[in-house]
Amino acid sequence: MNTYIFLQHYWWFLVSLLGALLVFLLFVQGGQSMLFTVGKTTLQRKMLLNATGRKWEFTFTTLVTFGGAFFASFPLFYSTSFGGAYWAWIIILLCFVLQAVSYEYQARKGNLLGKKTYQIFLLLNGILAPVMLGTAVGTFFNGAEFVVNKQQLVEVLNPVISSWATPWHGMEAVLVWWNVCLGLAVFFLSRVLASLYFINSIDNAEIRHYSRKHLRWNAALFLAFFLMFFVHLLLQDGFAVHPDTKEIFIQPYKYFSNFVEMPVVLAVLLTGVAGVLFGIGKTIFCDNWNKGIWFAGAGTVFTVLAILLCAGWNNTSYYPSLQDLQSSLTIENSCSSFFTLRTMGYVSILIPFVLAYIVYAWRSLDLHKIDEEEMKNSKHLY
Amino acid sequence: MESINTSLIDWSRAQFALTAIYHWLFVPITLGVGIVQAIMETVYYKTGDNFWKRTAQFWMKLFGINFAIGVATGLILEFEFGTNWSNYSWFVGDIFGAPLAIEGIVAFFMEATFIAVMFFGWDKVSKGFHLASTWLTILGATISAFWILVANAWMQYPTGMQFNPDTVRNEMINFWDVAFSPVALNKFFHTVLSGWIVGAMFVVGVASWFLLKKRETKFALASIKIGAVFGVVACVLSIWTGDGSAYQVAQRQPMKFAAMEGLYEGREGVGLVGIGVLNPAKTQYNDNEDPFLFKIEFPKLLSFLAERDMDAYVPGITNIIEGGYRQRDGTIALSAEEKITRGKLAIRALADYRTVENDSLKQHARAMLDEHFQYFGYGYIKKPSDLIPSVGLTFYAFHLMVILGGFLLLLFAVTSYLSYKNKFEHKRWLQWTCLLSIFLAVMAGQAGWVVAEVGRQPWAIQDILPVSAAISKLSASSVQVTFFIFLALFTVLLIAELRIMINAIKKGPH
Repeated sequence: MNTYIFLQHYWWFLVSLLGALLVFLLFVQGGQSMLFTVGKTTLQRKMLLNATGRKWEFTFTTLVTFGGAFFASFPLFYSTSFGGAYWAWIIILLCFVLQAVSYEYQARKGNLLGKKTYQIFLLLNGILAPVMLGTAVGTFFNGAEFVVNKQQLVEVLNPVISSWATPWHGMEAVLVWWNVCLGLAVFFLSRVLASLYFINSIDNAEIRHYSRKHLRWNAALFLAFFLMFFVHLLLQDGFAVHPDTKEIFIQPYKYFSNFVEMPVVLAVLLTGVAGVLFGIGKTIFCDNWNKGIWFAGAGTVFTVLAILLCAGWNNTSYYPSLQDLQSSLTIENSCSSFFTLRTMGYVSILIPFVLAYIVYAWRSLDLHKIDEEEMKNSKHLY
Repeated sequence: MESINTSLIDWSRAQFALTAIYHWLFVPITLGVGIVQAIMETVYYKTGDNFWKRTAQFWMKLFGINFAIGVATGLILEFEFGTNWSNYSWFVGDIFGAPLAIEGIVAFFMEATFIAVMFFGWDKVSKGFHLASTWLTILGATISAFWILVANAWMQYPTGMQFNPDTVRNEMINFWDVAFSPVALNKFFHTVLSGWIVGAMFVVGVASWFLLKKRETKFALASIKIGAVFGVVACVLSIWTGDGSAYQVAQRQPMKFAAMEGLYEGREGVGLVGIGVLNPAKTQYNDNEDPFLFKIEFPKLLSFLAERDMDAYVPGITNIIEGGYRQRDGTIALSAEEKITRGKLAIRALADYRTVENDSLKQHARAMLDEHFQYFGYGYIKKPSDLIPSVGLTFYAFHLMVILGGFLLLLFAVTSYLSYKNKFEHKRWLQWTCLLSIFLAVMAGQAGWVVAEVGRQPWAIQDILPVSAAISKLSASSVQVTFFIFLALFTVLLIAELRIMINAIKKGPH
């Protein structure tokens, strides 16, 4: 493997890792979606808001960095997907805008729209963000309606190289069941993780009770949608790239083959699935155990990482075009130059340091569990 | 051939401008107040005096209210490069994406991590760790500003890259040229300092309100002392970096520089317009109308600003369009017509390079492309007059910024002097002036961005890609709808923010 090809794979790994961390951090959205069901009283809702509210910045920042890293490493995806699937991305962005202000504003006097409205914004973000992000990622396996023609740049009157083939600009993705199925799996996973997070970080018997209750049926729905999606993924035709001619073609059982041909990725997947199941199962069956979030969280990161690696590695098109197969994006035809990937590779050496201080700060804040006393006495609350 | 609708270009520009304008209402306060609150917490850390803790916490509360909406608008801004400027994203994504990614990895996570400790960690972490978190939060915000301004500066002065006809895009060949170009450094310092000025004015203005209401006098005077001195420092440094920025504009973007001064006919020893009223009857660069109804000039100062030489030649808009003048490097400037012709040759050469199969023809096309690539963007320009930005908007915005900058320096200097002489408390007229000047400081910052962004039109990337070729292929109506959605949403959120802020201020620090 030459260095350029290695860097393409390395950057797909980093983007996938950021995507995987983002899915884990969607527990914040999952928590928001359960604000009115787990939180039975105003005080309980306040505790839930403060539990997720101290972490929403991480989800938000991971999303922004995911976008920035995609832009830097695979700019043709950034250009084609964001410019084409316009409405899908605008809806995702809008619901994140609502989230960004709602935590801070909902508890403040003079907030114009009233506390309830901001909490409903959080609810909306909690539902729409995971469903839409999952649906958007579904197009990595099921394709999207675009055409890329770099020759177009020389057409002075219409030099845009990427165009979308439907007037729905991305919203047609919600008509593909397998995209929505992944969206729903991500949604219920975010609620599973939120339940586990509440159990771990809030010292309140009633909230823990309701969280455990929600955990059961959300876990059942998550597993149902995830298994449906995953079994279909293994059985479906995939979008393969000929290693010599670079031609894109349909290959039966491509994603199944990818896991078989990349045993390390398969091992990561199985470890991840085991972590998620262990985190959920032990929490359900052991009443006093509250560490489930760490097992299920790490498991989520491993599982999503493996699935995203399966989408881009092993001569696979990670963003297939349903309009023109040869327009499909691969990590090779959509990536930045060797120089940029290498330079950014040096920057990525900082990532472990970033992760280290995040862990340190997270632990420092979470050493004390959120409880009623803090909600009543502390001045620094949402 | 289906062509790009000009209405789509206008609405896409309007949407980006709208988002940027709203974003820049909040970011300067974050940058400036962040430093002030960190200084206050440092005093608390050193003295252990709870007064300083409460004072820092008050400004942190306002910082937090402001921060949330700044983050929200910033998210939209980043993704709009993809949603509305997709061709741009491919054409220069290899260079432009890198600063955005570094911003995320290095700066955003620092901000996101330590802001949580800053707000919620008072009773949970040690005093030292909390203070470090406060400084790291503002450091993260400032590093974030650095990288996004590097990206913006690169659009004004594309460097450290070369065009690759095989991939049909520009590719980075020197990271340090991109990150530390003189334009980037000047832009970073000038813009961050302008944020410090807004933050300082915000602190002094809000504290003055407490004096007007005869409340929290000790807190208000302490805040004013720190804020006003901080403001003086920021203003002085801002004038210095502003001069550097103007010099860079004169060197790299002469059309913008001419528009800033309403200069149509270049000459040697040009004066700097202090105050002026443009002549609305002047609608064409070559219509022989006098560009000004009235103006007061500082003799020869514009030549000095542009070339560091009182007698240097500065080209005007007409000269830049018609060419023929001797440039700094001794070459004769090409006319706009000639540049457009060469741009079309470059585009044609790219088309040939990608279609011909004969090696020698391919090499010939490549040589032609390389020879004319510096004019590539001109190939998309329809007529020379399209190269002239809005002179009125650029001229008035520039002069408004300069005049307000001078006024704010004076205000901070007087406020500093009187507050250290313990005479500020009874100067109600000055307190009112400080309160109302928050709005003026915000306006100065906005005007600066208007100069930077309107003045460089029609370019998305100077000389390389005009906005008309940087666009995403969408229907104009789609962008119109999202424009109005953003307008309504941001406006509602701004009103909410102001109301929350006013309520929090009324509640006071204790």
